Amino acid sequence: MAEVVPLSDAIERLVHDGDCVALEGFTHLIPFAAAHEIIRQGRTGLTLVRMTPDLIYDQLIGMGCAAKLVFSWGGNPGVGSLHRFRDAVREGTLHLEEHSHAGMANAYVAGASGLPFAVLRGYRGTDLPTVTDTIKPITCPFTGEELTAVPAINPDTGIVHAQRADRAGNVQLWGITGVQKEVVLASRRSLVTVEEVVDTLDPVPGAVVIPSWVVDYVAVAPGGSHPSYTQGYSVRDNAFYSAWDAISRDREKFLAWMSENVLEGSR
Amino acid sequence: MSPTSGEWTADEMMTIAAARRLTDGTACFVGIGLPSTAANLARRTHAPGLTLIYESGTIGAKPGRLPLSIGDGILAETADTVVSVPEIFNYWLQPGRIGVGFLGAAQIDRYGNINTTVIGDYADPKVRLPGAGGAPEIAASCGEVIVIVRQSRRAFVDRVDFVTSVGFGAGSGDRERLGLRGRGPRTVITDLGVLAPDPDTAELRVTHLHPGVTLEAAREATGWPLAAAPGLETTPAPTEAELRELRALVAATPGREGS
Repeated sequence: MAEVVPLSDAIERLVHDGDCVALEGFTHLIPFAAAHEIIRQGRTGLTLVRMTPDLIYDQLIGMGCAAKLVFSWGGNPGVGSLHRFRDAVREGTLHLEEHSHAGMANAYVAGASGLPFAVLRGYRGTDLPTVTDTIKPITCPFTGEELTAVPAINPDTGIVHAQRADRAGNVQLWGITGVQKEVVLASRRSLVTVEEVVDTLDPVPGAVVIPSWVVDYVAVAPGGSHPSYTQGYSVRDNAFYSAWDAISRDREKFLAWMSENVLEGSR
Repeated sequence: MSPTSGEWTADEMMTIAAARRLTDGTACFVGIGLPSTAANLARRTHAPGLTLIYESGTIGAKPGRLPLSIGDGILAETADTVVSVPEIFNYWLQPGRIGVGFLGAAQIDRYGNINTTVIGDYADPKVRLPGAGGAPEIAASCGEVIVIVRQSRRAFVDRVDFVTSVGFGAGSGDRERLGLRGRGPRTVITDLGVLAPDPDTAELRVTHLHPGVTLEAAREATGWPLAAAPGLETTPAPTEAELRELRALVAATPGREGS
């Protein structure tokens, strides 16, 4: 059963130095509030997993939380580059494990399914298998076709944001659902931050419900996806995504911004 | 500033030329940026029955403005259905249900291979690019691929520094050998013209030049000896209706000054 706790308590209990942590949300429902709490608690040496390490991981990487990144597309969507990520790559301080979206999505599915690996028709002919040793050819035992295998992703902790939960910790989310369900089920422990806790979850067309008994902690974090968005609660702050380019380009400016807006931000 | 030719910019010509290649009634897997602009233009002009699919899981999106990212809420709100990311790749893309994949590129080579990973050496790159995203499997599994990219010697290289997405590999027959199911990049649209693979060698050669562009200019902007297809044509200029729709689409999109 999920326990509803303050965000800082949840992060303190779930995220330790050197852990493998996945914060997901595909453009929508990105758990920024949880990431900011990880930064405030000063975690280091994390293996960060995320299909699209956009601003949320630029911040974690720039603040020195990450040792390794498992990802499939690293940019500021619709704007350009991630400068803290690029700097870390240039300085060689961040170990990369690089995939395609299909590879990552399937690795999460394998993780959620309790399987050691996933198989897909992908990557063949690309240079990705030459730089990522978790992409291997596999022969179909029935047809002999050559396919690709990727190992399951099973993070120590999976963190997502969602619209709401009930008091028992059942979580409801809708809109672009990305790999939200998969990362919760693939992770050994999980945290869902929500806009609100309600008495009962009213049905919503197309909504996904993640039952309380597969979630460890729920924390209320209104606006916790900002500058991404929460369908039905908030819209994406596109101006912030554009502004981030200038904030993050220079390391000192970045650190000053983080200090003012995250480290000294409300807990 | 984009170079102008007559009363439209080179970027507008490129976007319109790309939109024209999308046939009504097909399903199109759309990348953000120029592909998204062209696909949305096609849906608003000659191809109202075009199904736009974005990797965020939105199928049949009908946005009234350009989406600002592949997960823009307007895509989910206007879609026929929204599915999970594993589903979009496994159920919809992988089996070959999608007719056209529409991609951009940082580098493209003479065999249509695309690089969006690094410029230079992977371990010590000159430029770290965003990476693969959905592109490798889009390039492998869609019925055919249309690439839209501005033509320059930096982008049009003899051999890409990193093969993120396979075009025709090292040449004719490579896709079949690799077991890639789609027909590959049949069309490359640039701000100078249109390229297509030579039927025998699979090397990209120019089939159309946009109005006012010379073959010399196209060759100048290409990092391999660019051949012209027999019967090299001139792209028809943008129509007033096409320009009006494109500009209306861009104007409806906050923070967008171009494509």
